[in-house]
Amino acid sequence: MSKKIKIKINNQIIECIEDQTILEVAQENGIDIPALCYHSDLSVKANCRMCLVEIEGRDGLHTSCSTKVEEGMKVITDSPKIGRARKINLELVFAQHREECNDCVWNFNCQLLKLAKKHQVKIARFSDRKNDFPVYQFGPSLIFDSSKCIDCGNCVEVCKKQQANFLETEERGHLYRVVPTQDKNKDCIYCGQCIVHCPVGAFEAVGEFEDIEEPIKQENKIVVFQIAPSLRTSIGEEFGLPYGEVVTEKLVAGIKKLGVDKVFDTSVGADFTTFEEAKELIEKLEAGCGPCLSSCCPAWVKFVEFNYPEFISCLATTRSPQSILGGLIKTYWAQKEGLNPKDIVVVSVMPCVAKKYEIQKEELKIDGMKPVDYVLTTRELAHLFVKHKIDLVGIEPKEADAPLGIPSGAGVIYGASGGVVESALRTAYAMMTKDNPPEVEFKKVRGMEGLKKAEIMMNGRTVRIAVANGIENAKIILEELKRDPRKYDAVEVMACFGGCIGGGGQPVPADAKIRQKRAESLYQIDAKNQNRLAHENPVVKQVYKEFLTTDEIIRKICHTSYSKKEREVKV
Amino acid sequence: MLVDGIIVKLEESGLTGRGGARFPTHLKWKMVKEAKAEKKYIICNAAEGEPGVFKDGYILKNYPQEVVQGIKLALGAIDNSTVAVSAYIYLRKDYYQRFKEELEKLTKSLPITLFKKTGGYLAGEETSLLEVIEGRRPAPRIKPPYPPQIGLFGYPTLVNNLETFYHVAQIAEGKYKKTRFYSISGEVANEGVYEFPEDYTVSQVLKETQNWPDFRFFIQSGGGASGEVLLPDELEQTVRGQGAIVVYNRQETDLFALMEKWVNFFLKSNCDKCVPCREGVYRLAEMIEKRKLDKEILDDILFVLEETSFCALGEGVVTPFRSLISKLRDGLGLKD
Repeated sequence: MSKKIKIKINNQIIECIEDQTILEVAQENGIDIPALCYHSDLSVKANCRMCLVEIEGRDGLHTSCSTKVEEGMKVITDSPKIGRARKINLELVFAQHREECNDCVWNFNCQLLKLAKKHQVKIARFSDRKNDFPVYQFGPSLIFDSSKCIDCGNCVEVCKKQQANFLETEERGHLYRVVPTQDKNKDCIYCGQCIVHCPVGAFEAVGEFEDIEEPIKQENKIVVFQIAPSLRTSIGEEFGLPYGEVVTEKLVAGIKKLGVDKVFDTSVGADFTTFEEAKELIEKLEAGCGPCLSSCCPAWVKFVEFNYPEFISCLATTRSPQSILGGLIKTYWAQKEGLNPKDIVVVSVMPCVAKKYEIQKEELKIDGMKPVDYVLTTRELAHLFVKHKIDLVGIEPKEADAPLGIPSGAGVIYGASGGVVESALRTAYAMMTKDNPPEVEFKKVRGMEGLKKAEIMMNGRTVRIAVANGIENAKIILEELKRDPRKYDAVEVMACFGGCIGGGGQPVPADAKIRQKRAESLYQIDAKNQNRLAHENPVVKQVYKEFLTTDEIIRKICHTSYSKKEREVKV
Repeated sequence: MLVDGIIVKLEESGLTGRGGARFPTHLKWKMVKEAKAEKKYIICNAAEGEPGVFKDGYILKNYPQEVVQGIKLALGAIDNSTVAVSAYIYLRKDYYQRFKEELEKLTKSLPITLFKKTGGYLAGEETSLLEVIEGRRPAPRIKPPYPPQIGLFGYPTLVNNLETFYHVAQIAEGKYKKTRFYSISGEVANEGVYEFPEDYTVSQVLKETQNWPDFRFFIQSGGGASGEVLLPDELEQTVRGQGAIVVYNRQETDLFALMEKWVNFFLKSNCDKCVPCREGVYRLAEMIEKRKLDKEILDDILFVLEETSFCALGEGVVTPFRSLISKLRDGLGLKD
């Protein structure tokens, strides 16, 4: 174990652990040191030269992100020299970064601007070197405006971690720049981790924030929103609420105030996904035909289709929650309400940019209709609220609409890594034993670790489970399965760190601690819910009784297919 | 034991690294020897990439046997028979082509591999060259850990300049006379590489090689890009860095053209990793190209280069500009 030691930062005595860096210790103790290229998810690169400190007995300035603490060390985080260095380096950073503050994912919380004010930076001291740098679009999901890039390398690193290796650096005219690769064997998986790890907003979702009004300005249409599980514990951050604050009903009220006709809950869609996926899992268990891979994360699905097509047959054919719910809205609900489905516009609010990709898949169409017409990210909805002067904090809460607005607790935990498989296990257990599980909480699959493994006894047999978040970890499982296809029975993968609560459409900043809080709150919602089992959700029972009555209709609404993909992104 | 013998001899000789950083050689060797690992590496650095520095090429041409002997001594000193030690000779592209055959002959039965360098000047920095050998683009690593702790492929690694290995061989044979190699170029009659005592002053080196100019001049000491500008009355000091002296005719040298040469060299050869070096050098180049220096911007950029650069290359950018501008400002149209 690492030794505990004492250091002094700005004359404050602090106890810390020997292996930590000065920056880590400072951040833990609420001491502000500016850092742009530092992200706790990634390796220390020390290239922005902003987190400078002075250390007694050592010459010059030192980057606190890369300097480890030592017993008795005395650190100063602010001095005229530090201030001058930060100011000049900031001016040089601004000389790379073309400002477009009105259209930026950081607009509520931009570190660059805060620092500019603090250090009285002349942001236009130098001409913007990257003015004519291109804007790239990656499929229907992502925009990379390279004229804003400050070359910190976070996106390249996170893209590599996500095994996409789609972003790389290239030398042009003696200067390296970040570019999408030309390599046909690499493609973007649309996870959007580049967005949440870019310190300066060079990445954003397609349409963010220019096109956010479009879904609610549909003439003569019935606009139906659905809200993903995870944003109820994250969108509050955009309005200054603490991390993990649950705002489900306020969120619904806010959306209604936009003039939307109905607000449903994607967690109800998740209950249907759970029901179908549990059936698939049991079928595969009984047939002994290898693992069942979860498929509600479109970035993960894209990764398999492009990088590991040999596993396509293992992907659950069950549709993702938003697709099932969208399909039910345009069929079951439309019929019930006597509406022409062509008059319905379904808008999903998702923590995700890959969901923008998912909705345009041909194979999801039902009678020629897309189940979902628009996807807005958590950030985009927050922006829409701000634009419409909707105060999420003060608004009178409202419940989501019946019948597709009342989920089980199992449908809510879908937003955290492990939640999908836990929901499926609860239901699969009941299907196999004809009895509900004595303990609904499968704690072994919970938590923010990237890779979790568990064995669970069900009806006298062991079900072997692997749960991964981050494609780096998913790849480990795939490689294990390549060697031994029987190693796991059920595999859940969410591409983003911590699951959807860390999604590419979520508020920034996001790190392990923030994701933890968002996830904990989802589990609390589940714990407080009277119904925690998808198959016992009254609406699920009702819909299967009234509508999903034949294999044919179930296949049409609840299942899909996959295929080997060639590179899609053109640059 | 002979093995310990050489490290003791290195200590007694006072030999320091000839790559320019002047770290005591015996300490580096000791660190690598004492590091616990099942594999260790030795790298003989012949990346030599700065203008005006060409002594490694001279040594390769004239003393390849001594260099290989020095590496062999390192292999012996670090090996304690349970550890696999192997060496690389990391060669600038043209050196690789020119000396490949000869070096292969000399290293035939030894665990020594010749490596053809890719990338520019920075690829000679000791952690950047590790990146290059591992197959990545040249960019420095965060230190610590230092290469003797965690180096090539994660193993303890001894990186020494080629000239250092030459002197090691001399020391082992009792022939070392505390000399070093000087590269002399520019407006001189006798351009070339000369071996003299390491404590020779610039003026001694110039005079003994019959290179003392008979015109108004200034010199650059250390390297032809990162070296310090010195005036004729400042030459009673030893030669810095990699031992290069470049002589310029004060009347005929276009100072902006000279600065442009330096800054373009840095622009081309830096790795673009850190803000001050990537953006600072870019802005410096921009200003010099326009032939109009803004004193305040210049001071600011040199300040962050000196104080906040990631590696020594960034710091190294400061010396030539600051010394030239302070000493020859009348030629630059700078006021105040």
